[in-house]
Amino acid sequence: MIVFEFLLNALAIGITFLYGSMGETITEKAGHLNLGIPGIMSVGSACGCAVLNVLCRDGCPVHPVLIVILALLATLAGGALMGLLYSFLAVSLRSNQNVTGLAMTIFGVGLAKFIFAKLEVDGVFYTRSTKYFRFPFANTTSSLQYIGILVFLGIALAIVSSVVLSRTRVGLHLRAVGESPATADAAGINVTKYKYIATIIGSAIAALGGLFYIVDFQGSQEAYLTVEAMGWLSVALVIFSTWRPYVSIFGSFVFGVLYILGSYLPSFGLKVDMATSNLIKTLPYVVTIIVLIITSIRNRPENQPPASLGVSYFREDR
Amino acid sequence: MSSYNVIKHEVSKEPLIHITKNSAMPFWKSFLIRAAAVAIAFLLCSILSYLMIGANPLEFLKTFWDGNFGINAAASKIVIWKLAKDTAVLLCIALAITPAFRMKFWNIGAEGQVLIGALAAVAVVYYSGDKFPDWLLFLFMLLAAVAAGIVWAVIPAIFKAIWNSNETLFTLMMNYAATYFVAFCLVKWTPDGSSTLGELKRGHLPSIGHPYLLLILTVLLITGLLFVYLYYSKQGYEISVVGESQRTAKYIGINVKKVIIRTMTLSGALCGLTGFMIVAALDHSVTTTTVGGRGFTAIIVSWMAKFNPLVMIGVAFLIVFLNQGANRLATNFRVGKAFPDLVVGVIIFFVIGCEFFIRYKVHIRRKAPAAASVSGNVAEGISESGEGSGGGGGDGSGVVEASGEARSDEAVNETVNDTEKEGNAK
Repeated sequence: MIVFEFLLNALAIGITFLYGSMGETITEKAGHLNLGIPGIMSVGSACGCAVLNVLCRDGCPVHPVLIVILALLATLAGGALMGLLYSFLAVSLRSNQNVTGLAMTIFGVGLAKFIFAKLEVDGVFYTRSTKYFRFPFANTTSSLQYIGILVFLGIALAIVSSVVLSRTRVGLHLRAVGESPATADAAGINVTKYKYIATIIGSAIAALGGLFYIVDFQGSQEAYLTVEAMGWLSVALVIFSTWRPYVSIFGSFVFGVLYILGSYLPSFGLKVDMATSNLIKTLPYVVTIIVLIITSIRNRPENQPPASLGVSYFREDR
Repeated sequence: MSSYNVIKHEVSKEPLIHITKNSAMPFWKSFLIRAAAVAIAFLLCSILSYLMIGANPLEFLKTFWDGNFGINAAASKIVIWKLAKDTAVLLCIALAITPAFRMKFWNIGAEGQVLIGALAAVAVVYYSGDKFPDWLLFLFMLLAAVAAGIVWAVIPAIFKAIWNSNETLFTLMMNYAATYFVAFCLVKWTPDGSSTLGELKRGHLPSIGHPYLLLILTVLLITGLLFVYLYYSKQGYEISVVGESQRTAKYIGINVKKVIIRTMTLSGALCGLTGFMIVAALDHSVTTTTVGGRGFTAIIVSWMAKFNPLVMIGVAFLIVFLNQGANRLATNFRVGKAFPDLVVGVIIFFVIGCEFFIRYKVHIRRKAPAAASVSGNVAEGISESGEGSGGGGGDGSGVVEASGEARSDEAVNETVNDTEKEGNAK
């Protein structure tokens, strides 16, 4: 039974990475390496939790469905606003993407911690809301107690975004913008618009990962301190899944397994000390590095990052 | 639908804003723009802190001043030294990554390289015990730290040089490998399982006049040396050429792979050196948060200084100044430790944003040229006829706007050519 619990937990924590990497993939497909994802996830989750805190203060007078929807909307809005800020700087003002992204992370994590510190002063109520993110018919013995609505929403979104990216005209245009904005521009695609929309949608989706991690997976008051690390793992997952959202469904599960393996090994009857479990935690990163190396050695065009990733586009450049 | 189904529009679609590249801007002008950006951002921060924590602008300024230069003589002595020390550490990390950045090698792994350097220095003290005299111990600490930094930096560099792996993502992953490796060692080294190592008994650099002075002087020396290396040496020149264009570098006979690996070795060595100094001169210990995000902030510092070591002194000072001031504000008004990150973030956004006005010229539309609108409509007609059947709802409008923009950038007759090309492409 412990194996079953382990796999379900791995699936659940993996969903955090899935949201983050999906958002980052969509952004990177437009040619923007958004290193602000950890900040965006933090801010989005802070917005969602702020709303939940208000809604759950007095024993939740509002309908549970409404609570979930309002929290999701607040999270999406927070993520989208951060995405807008990034787009304005990196697309319109053509600033360096690495620098802008890192500034977004510094600012975003700071803002989120600021908000959460405020919530702690007012009293923490958002941790009460975990049950609303689970299915009403999931009782304590069923496997659904580990995986709630957001898990299924995440997998569905990953499938949808995969189809949109690879099977529709919008996806084709978006990939064209990321591969060669000049060519896309010449073909009449509005490069700026695509970059803006992809970044904003991507940031909003990534933000859901932060909310899921804090409210659903952890459901604790200290969870917000570790969202940043989740964000960096999400960026790693993008590479691991070679820029394909449907691969990242599988990849997120692998990352989830690797991430919680250390804490489960003792219950499998294996003697593991604290030190080794820390070493096991490097596995997602090491595996990502190996994938990065293999894809660059094999050099197959379909496994490469978008060609213009990290390069600002200015039409009059030649 | 015919391709020449031209509908006459009265309103021109000339975009409101048109951007061109700025050629060289005099130094004083670009400096003024940057100073103005910082000033505006500072003003915004003071307004924000009034709204968020109720500090009026006068208190805001006063707290900032106190946080950095102290209220009275006794306090100022402490905070000024802290200001100088923090500036020196941030500057040193920024200096370390600069050679790589000038080569357009986006080494965002300084965090991990410094941390692993610090770990190596601690490891030497931990395992050597009392075997060595002090000077030998320092030498071994330094060598170990530098070697560790080099290893952490050269691995991504080799893969970048030979197989063109993405160095940004590679170095990013190396950061976390370093963090968890430190966590691993800390558990190993602390038998009680607390994972906090405590202060090392040995390996403290001697204090000359003031405990921080040696560190500050060393960093200043590195700044000078690196400036000379980057601007007045052959290797520095090679770095610049590789950064400008790898093809040009190959063409004039520079071994690009060698330059990449050599420069990253230097970068990693300097990161390791920083780690050594953090351990030997300041912390005398190591934790997973020894670097505490400064590896990332340093990237912004290096970039804001346009990769010039001398300018970096000022930028690092500015960032630490802001941080320390905002910190004091957060303490005085009890708003939590995260407030400084907010202030620094806002200022960085403004500085990043203002670069645009240095590099580009913005033209705002005054009069709508009449002739252009006709050819634009031709483009619109064609693109609609091409897209209408297959595309989704959003596509059509995107294409129309694109052709509208194209018009503004080129002369009218060029646009007609463009329009024809678009037609052919469809």
